Amino acid sequence: MTKKTSLGGKLYTALVFIFLYAPIAVLIVFSFNSGKSTSVFEGFSLYWYKELFNDAATLSAFKNSMIVAVVSSIISTVMGTAAATGIYNYKNKLVKTSIMTVTNIPMMNPEIVTGVSMMLLFVFIGAIFGKTGTLGFPTLIIAHVTFELPYVILNVLPKLRQTDPHLAEAAQDLGCTPLQAFFKVMLPAIMPGIISGLMMAFTLSVDDFIISYFVSGTTSQTLPIRIYSMTKRRVTPDMYALSTLIFLAILALLIVSNIISARGDKKLSRKGGSKK
Amino acid sequence: MNKKSSLMSRLAGAPYIVWAALFIIVPLCMVAYYAFTDNTGAFTIQNITGLAKYTDTFLLSIWLGLVATVVCLVIAYPLAYIMAQKGPEKQSTMTMLIMLPMWMNFLLRTYSWMTILEDTGLINTVITSLGFEPLQLINTRGAVVLGMVYNFLPYMILPIYTVMLKTDHSLVEAAQDLGGNKLDVFRNVTIPLSVPGIVSGFTMVFVPSVSTFYISQKLGGTGTILIGDIIETQFQTANNFNLGASLSFVLMILIFVCLAVMNRFSDDDGGVIL
Repeated sequence: MTKKTSLGGKLYTALVFIFLYAPIAVLIVFSFNSGKSTSVFEGFSLYWYKELFNDAATLSAFKNSMIVAVVSSIISTVMGTAAATGIYNYKNKLVKTSIMTVTNIPMMNPEIVTGVSMMLLFVFIGAIFGKTGTLGFPTLIIAHVTFELPYVILNVLPKLRQTDPHLAEAAQDLGCTPLQAFFKVMLPAIMPGIISGLMMAFTLSVDDFIISYFVSGTTSQTLPIRIYSMTKRRVTPDMYALSTLIFLAILALLIVSNIISARGDKKLSRKGGSKK
Repeated sequence: MNKKSSLMSRLAGAPYIVWAALFIIVPLCMVAYYAFTDNTGAFTIQNITGLAKYTDTFLLSIWLGLVATVVCLVIAYPLAYIMAQKGPEKQSTMTMLIMLPMWMNFLLRTYSWMTILEDTGLINTVITSLGFEPLQLINTRGAVVLGMVYNFLPYMILPIYTVMLKTDHSLVEAAQDLGGNKLDVFRNVTIPLSVPGIVSGFTMVFVPSVSTFYISQKLGGTGTILIGDIIETQFQTANNFNLGASLSFVLMILIFVCLAVMNRFSDDDGGVIL
């Protein structure tokens, strides 16, 4: 159903989008400012981009972010897919609902509480073994895997429900071992859910500040933590340059993924058409 | 499925169950443990009873969170409604445009408002160049609410829009056929059917707003200290884990109570429709 939006509706939509994008536009414009001011434009320059690329701490934070995101999203995707298969096959309803309730906790709980609770656990364990600097890369990865897992499970479970359970049985009747049946039949069927879970886990990991802030310690800064420590000082346009680059990267990613999915839709509709 | 394969698929869930127990359940028990012990490890309820002096902070956090959530709802609802009426191509473009700012780090999004609202920021530069007195924009409660609304608005738009999209349009048509005018249909059909979206949007905006500390630090100055700020201080600078844990414990319970009340509302409304 498509109706013409009234003039008022169009105006309203435009206003909301201006609200959403005005601050981003300000960031982008002033990232090219030759002066230090963030309110008076003095002239075009790429000075702040050069500053940014000469900033070793920011670059190493970026590297850390990527490492944590790749490692944690792979672990959470593998474990989460296995978990979804398990949960799907549990017959006992009480077990099923209690697992799902626990799975929902990291999504419902305020992030600050999740971060604090994990920090307390790590510090407590460290205290038992008489160590002080327990926070670092390993704890960062454990925390990221933990908050990514629910999203992976919730992306994979619906795909399992949509898949015909008789498929795996048929494969086994035809001589596959249960494991082969899973990898050859079930896995391809639930692959779209696994991929979207992996992508979500990755982006959540790159973007996370609050939980990382409590479990990272002083040695393993991620990019958001670096941004936090830089925005503690006076405002300078090198952070604007960073924001602009991040914005462009996300824009490019979104456009590419939209094109891919649009092509997929076209293929699908062509296939459907030829069947008829 | 035969026994062997079902046993195997059940075992597949085992690593996750162990992981969830270790890193979801145990940490929450640690919060409770620290909340009810002093720094020597002895049991005490003084941390919790001592929270009375933070009552105002709790109330302010909940109040600002509520205001931000309601403002988000008021802005988001008409937009979601307009979006749901559009054709599929426009819809996917608009969804993308709403998600795009969401994917930018919220620290940077908040930071950009800081530079707009500052005393020598963009707005005040324009105002003074026009010959008016500069306004006090930053370090106000309004600025904190603005920051919350700006950061979390997409979380309100998208769930409402999704629910409206799934709504069976024949219900709206039926109501019109039965003689309802536009306003009646909107009030008695469209709004009740979108309640699940409103509830999940409400949750997704309210929880991060109440527990934020970055937004209040950057936009609220020293005058607007929220519960998140106090928790952050205990863990990052004051090193008073017991106080921090008891604050987190109470915050968690408060939020779960709020969410339970919200879910009650949506269930009741669901009952009315049926």
